Amino acid sequence: MMTNPVGRITQGQFSYLPELTDAEITLQIEYGLNKGYAWSVEYTDDPHPRNTYWEMFGIPMFDLKDAAGVMMELQSCRKTFPRHYIRLMAFDSTRGVETIVMSFIVNRPPNEPGFGLRRQEAQGRTIRYTVHSYATDRPETERGGR
Amino acid sequence: MYQIPGVAQAVAGERDGTSAARTVSEVLAQSQAGDVIDELEADLVGLAPVKSRIRDIAALLVIDKLRMNLGLQAHAPSLHMSFTGNPGTGKTTVAMRMAKILHRLGYVRKGHLVAVTRDDLVGQYIGHTAPKTKEVLKKSMGGVLFIDEAYYLYRPENERDYGQEAIEILLQVMENQRDDLVVILAGYKDRMDAFFRSNPGMSSRIAHHLDFPDYPAGDLLRIADQMLEQQNYRFGPGARGAFEEYLERRIPQPHFANARSVRNALDRARLRQASRLFADKNREFTADDLTTIAEPDIRASRVFTIAAAET
Repeated sequence: MMTNPVGRITQGQFSYLPELTDAEITLQIEYGLNKGYAWSVEYTDDPHPRNTYWEMFGIPMFDLKDAAGVMMELQSCRKTFPRHYIRLMAFDSTRGVETIVMSFIVNRPPNEPGFGLRRQEAQGRTIRYTVHSYATDRPETERGGR
Repeated sequence: MYQIPGVAQAVAGERDGTSAARTVSEVLAQSQAGDVIDELEADLVGLAPVKSRIRDIAALLVIDKLRMNLGLQAHAPSLHMSFTGNPGTGKTTVAMRMAKILHRLGYVRKGHLVAVTRDDLVGQYIGHTAPKTKEVLKKSMGGVLFIDEAYYLYRPENERDYGQEAIEILLQVMENQRDDLVVILAGYKDRMDAFFRSNPGMSSRIAHHLDFPDYPAGDLLRIADQMLEQQNYRFGPGARGAFEEYLERRIPQPHFANARSVRNALDRARLRQASRLFADKNREFTADDLTTIAEPDIRASRVFTIAAAET
């Protein structure tokens, strides 16, 4: 079941737009840094919408002044996990906000299998529905390939 | 699929604000680099070789900008530096200025200074060093990374020391991300020379080796004047002469640290001034009383009593 028009998962900001180039990602990072956000890099091989907490690639980067530092971390994450989903997240530490305020995907596997709708027959004529990520059908080491 | 208009071009336009400039003065006017150089000239006493090298670097960056405006190739110069000199000769102060100058010339994007020592770069156990060094590097991107007493990074007596790992990461970033940050190493002359001898890769990646000379007594006196002025103090009658005498006696003594020793001596003089005024419980002080360092405040120094005991 791939019900979105761009044929790939859409999570976070900019996900209906074409892939951001590195120059555009740099601009977004720069925007966040000017607002005082702390950037972090996360990756996963299971893009299920309920998979909220992805694996952290290093700790969040506080006290950065320039986007080059975040880009350096992103490049090394891409090198380590070329076939994973990678996202950048900006944390706003303002008192009362203290949450993620920006999040967008910056790396995708070459093949995105999408999701399926699973039905489970329960008591009576009740049907229970659940979304299943096809990516997890394969063993961990084989995910994200063609 | 469609392009997002005007986004990618924004970066190029922002960094190329001086694209119309054709003369040196136009570039200087647009970047205010001239102001920084003048300030440097006015605020820092002495240091002639250092100032002339900074002027050279500034000139090169300005000319490069002009070349770029005419479409000639301008190869971004390597600006990693090493500052060597005795304690208190102004290495850190100049590094701070350097960050500002390079920022105004548009060579570094943010112009902040991250000052670190061995402890900030080298970890305690296996696998601790790389993340630590990388974190510092990430913080200093777009600015200047100032490594004080850099020779401590390399400890030849312990072959399992993690300092070497930090040096290798530094070298890699210094080489590959020359546009993103400038690294300045600082330390005492002889030990830095030994450090560079055992790390030839480091030495060859640093284009500018600046040596900070010791200050002559006259320069130190002018530094003292400046320091007092900044703190709203001044020398009373005879006090300046006494301080000159103090410097003459202090310089040959061990552990003399140039401007730092001057600052410490002045701080002690301020203490003595304070307790001198404190003793006068019922007097009403004028601004003049409170800002004047008198001759006895200087003469009470230990340096004079030692000299008196010897003669």
